Amino acid sequence: MRTLCSNAFKRFYSTQLIKKKVCIVGAGPAGFYAAQHLVKCLRSVEVDIYERLPVPFGLVRFGVAPDHPEVKNVINTFSKTAENPNVRFVGNVNLGTDVSLKQLREAYDCVLLTYGAEQNKRLNIPGEDLVNVIPARRIVGWYNGIIEDSNLKIDLSGPTVAIFGQGNVAIDVARILLTPIDLLKDTDITQHALEALSQSKVKEVHLIGRRGPLQAAFTIKELREMLRLPNCNTLWCRDDFNGLSDVISSLARPRKRITELMLKSLNENSISDRKCFKPIFFKSPLELSGTNHVKKVLLGVNELYGDDILNGSARLTNVKEYLSCELAITSIGYKAIQADPDIPFDDDTGRVINEKGKIDNGLYTTGWLATGPTGVILTTMNNAFTTADLICHNLQQESQKKGFNLIREYLQKQNVQSVTWDGWKKIDNYEQEQGRRLGKPREKLLSIKKMLEIAS
Amino acid sequence: MAHRTFIRNFIFLSTKFSRHKNYHNHRIFSTTVPLLNKKQIEITFVKANGERDTVKGSIGDSLLDVVVNNNVDLEGFGACEGTLTCSTCHLIFSKKDFDQLPNKATDEELDMLDLAFELTDTSRLGCQITLTEEMDGLEVKVPATINDVRA
Repeated sequence: MRTLCSNAFKRFYSTQLIKKKVCIVGAGPAGFYAAQHLVKCLRSVEVDIYERLPVPFGLVRFGVAPDHPEVKNVINTFSKTAENPNVRFVGNVNLGTDVSLKQLREAYDCVLLTYGAEQNKRLNIPGEDLVNVIPARRIVGWYNGIIEDSNLKIDLSGPTVAIFGQGNVAIDVARILLTPIDLLKDTDITQHALEALSQSKVKEVHLIGRRGPLQAAFTIKELREMLRLPNCNTLWCRDDFNGLSDVISSLARPRKRITELMLKSLNENSISDRKCFKPIFFKSPLELSGTNHVKKVLLGVNELYGDDILNGSARLTNVKEYLSCELAITSIGYKAIQADPDIPFDDDTGRVINEKGKIDNGLYTTGWLATGPTGVILTTMNNAFTTADLICHNLQQESQKKGFNLIREYLQKQNVQSVTWDGWKKIDNYEQEQGRRLGKPREKLLSIKKMLEIAS
Repeated sequence: MAHRTFIRNFIFLSTKFSRHKNYHNHRIFSTTVPLLNKKQIEITFVKANGERDTVKGSIGDSLLDVVVNNNVDLEGFGACEGTLTCSTCHLIFSKKDFDQLPNKATDEELDMLDLAFELTDTSRLGCQITLTEEMDGLEVKVPATINDVRA
């Protein structure tokens, strides 16, 4: 009996010891997809996913537009990963303040950074700090329940909005501003945004891009959605499309289909008394002006140069024009922050310096932190699988690391209340219950304190 | 005392083990209607590295259902659960099979396919293909992903 017992004892503790310890920083799509691949490929591994907020899913929760609930179905896959016995969610722990990279590397065989790119890029033009010039990221945060953005002052009393940038974030913001309020009521949009939007006087949203229709950054699904938006006309500048019908047959299918869709819409008649969505090409904002509050923007007209018609660069001509706008929104991309001084970071690109996901021995990165903020969830998924695979191949067989047990000590010393997966599920239930009262799938909590109270 | 520790560890290990096993046999979603007297056909998924997986599916199911119900090992397949908002269930058909598919791709399906890797003229999204009796023995190619790159 004694031998049997001590053998079982030994086996128990030795499996604990040789389990490889991996930690992921950032519980967004990149982090969850990487975790999914790690637990699939490594039989004996402990994957701990640290998240700055008490709640998981990153941009799936805070980025995906409220009127796109289907995109959030991927949460089911992520939850399944989180509930794998080899995976641990550790919410409300911030790299750089609650725990350092040095401490994580001391505790784990491998650290994978996936905390994304959350800082908006600035236009760096005069007038950018006028009232009602707002980064798109903050408006997304305002309607999606990012806590710091929930008090955003946004004045929707003027008829005209100018959005600089034509990516899917820009088009999401345009759509939310133009969508009939009744279609937003039963989404998980924050209540404060819903109330403000119901009073909105916005009639026209301009979506302004530096380059031409062949370089348009929005994807075809998002464009088609705008074209079908109830009570809204999409109006183009006919001149932006000069010469396009000649090259269309030479384009690859995706670019060809989206160009054809724009041309088709260009030739459709508009219906009066509707709101307007106006994509404008070949324009760069040069200066925002107004007394205190933004009133207009000076746009420089661009021409494209370079041999490749698909990848021409924009160059300013001498032609300039004014566009009146009572709200200006900047949406020209994101950059990441250097969460910890030990992370090798390129300030110019706003990315962690890495070679195909590898930063250093035992230190990796994937997702937007590694690649910059481009691509759809499929891109992030494939990159995360690739980096996770690299980790599986490079991890040493034996592990002497203490993993979460060591980090828990640090957190306790600092009095950090971490949130477990069960804690998140309590928050999840609470939010869904609050949503039901308002006829919505969820009403997101806007207070960390409240989240922690519910989770504990 | 030692006895008690042993029992505790035994229980601990066995629950741990069985939970682990369960995880592999369990998928969260399924859009299939119950299988009552429904005719089954064979479908083969061919990965880019040549690996083949032949499984059964019921008439009326989608190819995404077939992957989900049979736990076909295609990582990341069907992220949006068949709601036409991603292209992770991209599959490639032979020209002959493609031409015989009963429904043509809608604009919405083509929109998502345009974002897929390795898009071909005979690409479709698995969630949009409903099995018919004529499809018995169908072979579809799964585009290269990380599962294959490794080989």
